[in-house]
Amino acid sequence: MDYVNKIFFVLLGLFIVLNWGLIMSGLIRKIIARIGNRIGIRIYQPYINLIKNYFTRSQISHGVMYYLGPVFRLSGGVGIFLFLPLIYGSEYWSNFSFTGDLILVSYFMFFGMLGMALGAGEGGHPYSTIGISRGLAQFTAIEVPMILAVISIAIQYQTLSITEIVAAQQGGILNWTLFTNPLATIAAMLSFLGAMGHSPFNVVMAPQENPVGPPTEYHGTFLGVLQTNRAILHVVEAIFFMNLFFGGATNWFELILKTFLIYFWSVFVGVVFPRYRVDQSISWLIKIPLVIGVLAIIFIM
Amino acid sequence: MVNKENEKDKFLAPENKVHIVIGPEGEEITVDPLKDYFCEAFPKVHEPKNRIVENFINWARAESLWVLGFGTGCGSIEIPPLLSPRYDAFRFGVAMRATPRQSSVIIISGYLSVKTLKRVIRSYEQMQNPKFVVALGSCTINGGMYWDSYNTINRLDHYMPVDVYVAGCMPRPEALLAGFESLKKRIKEGRAEGANEYATNFKWYKANQKKIIKDWNMPDYNW
Repeated sequence: MDYVNKIFFVLLGLFIVLNWGLIMSGLIRKIIARIGNRIGIRIYQPYINLIKNYFTRSQISHGVMYYLGPVFRLSGGVGIFLFLPLIYGSEYWSNFSFTGDLILVSYFMFFGMLGMALGAGEGGHPYSTIGISRGLAQFTAIEVPMILAVISIAIQYQTLSITEIVAAQQGGILNWTLFTNPLATIAAMLSFLGAMGHSPFNVVMAPQENPVGPPTEYHGTFLGVLQTNRAILHVVEAIFFMNLFFGGATNWFELILKTFLIYFWSVFVGVVFPRYRVDQSISWLIKIPLVIGVLAIIFIM
Repeated sequence: MVNKENEKDKFLAPENKVHIVIGPEGEEITVDPLKDYFCEAFPKVHEPKNRIVENFINWARAESLWVLGFGTGCGSIEIPPLLSPRYDAFRFGVAMRATPRQSSVIIISGYLSVKTLKRVIRSYEQMQNPKFVVALGSCTINGGMYWDSYNTINRLDHYMPVDVYVAGCMPRPEALLAGFESLKKRIKEGRAEGANEYATNFKWYKANQKKIIKDWNMPDYNW
């Protein structure tokens, strides 16, 4: 396939993922509202917010890093997307996946967070700094069990290519990593709760705790870029987990269903359990998912 | 050295006065916080784009009202029920934001004491250009039951351009929802240009504000 075609399909895939992310976030907020016995937002509300933010008339700057913060964050989300095979067995929807993409995608998960830390720090608002320090501390505790699970899978399948991991899970539901390596799946899905930033682990952004957190100073187009990234990142991380643990997808319908269910897992836990303080969440992440992750590696060797 | 204070500096907080900082290599640096730490640029008028584009953007602005979580007076207790299942303002596109940078609506919810007026001005000026003011309760119209109070302002629109008044003492949350609806109508018609009005009549508003705030110890414009 020539390059023009490849780039066209990558951009089309990004467009689909962005739209699915926006619709899904609206849908999820609607579901949360129904749980609280409210009517809730309109499902297309995230689009309106995005348009409004991109067309704010006046904007102020705090310096170069302030500009680069959202850019880094967005390149983190798009970076994961670029190297992630979306549909198994499809030449069109495999993006730029290559033999070592598992490592690169895991790296990109942390990349956006670091960029955001630099940008929010330059904003100079104390709440940004508090939010960022909490966010980085918590995300480190999230990342460790997740990477342990990823390493466990890499050992299990003897490969660092996501496409090969998906290929090894084909041929029936019992071939999924969920059943062949349940410990790694549990460790990763528990850390996934933290990565999505829903209730037990949303102390970083919760307006009741720490007004808005890292993006306190971000407004207008900056905030629009962050919202765009959020929509992409949620879907893309769900696709990553789908590829690693739930057998990947062979068509778009399967992808949309599985990403919704994976994302819904974090929402389901979020509406049931109250928020952790940052010290509680870190000690929980270190006590349970981390231990399960270590066990996953021990049992697979 | 005796630090001579002129009349203007009298109310300035100590950390905002001109002072000398010793640098890491022993050099003396004079710091004027009002000039160095705050932006001195006055607000600018941002003209609307052409009609068709502006109509579309105004629709988006009207359907996504982000309200600054700022409570003054009795009305601040009428705002939390808006988010409860009984009134549920989210279905009208109204959401609360905790930071002025991201919010487009500020609700002045009742009487405004002079002390709070200062904070309101700071918060209002930090909001970005399409910004709307909803004045809740009769205190914001003519002072209401506090009209002869020594410490509250009477007419809010002397200090910032108001888009929608919700009359009553106190208006119920339903009245506030109706106020949001009329604000939406106003935005969609392109008449809610409060931020530009503030920039155009900046001197008049500043003079009014300084007339009533005696201990003015902040920069003229808080961007």
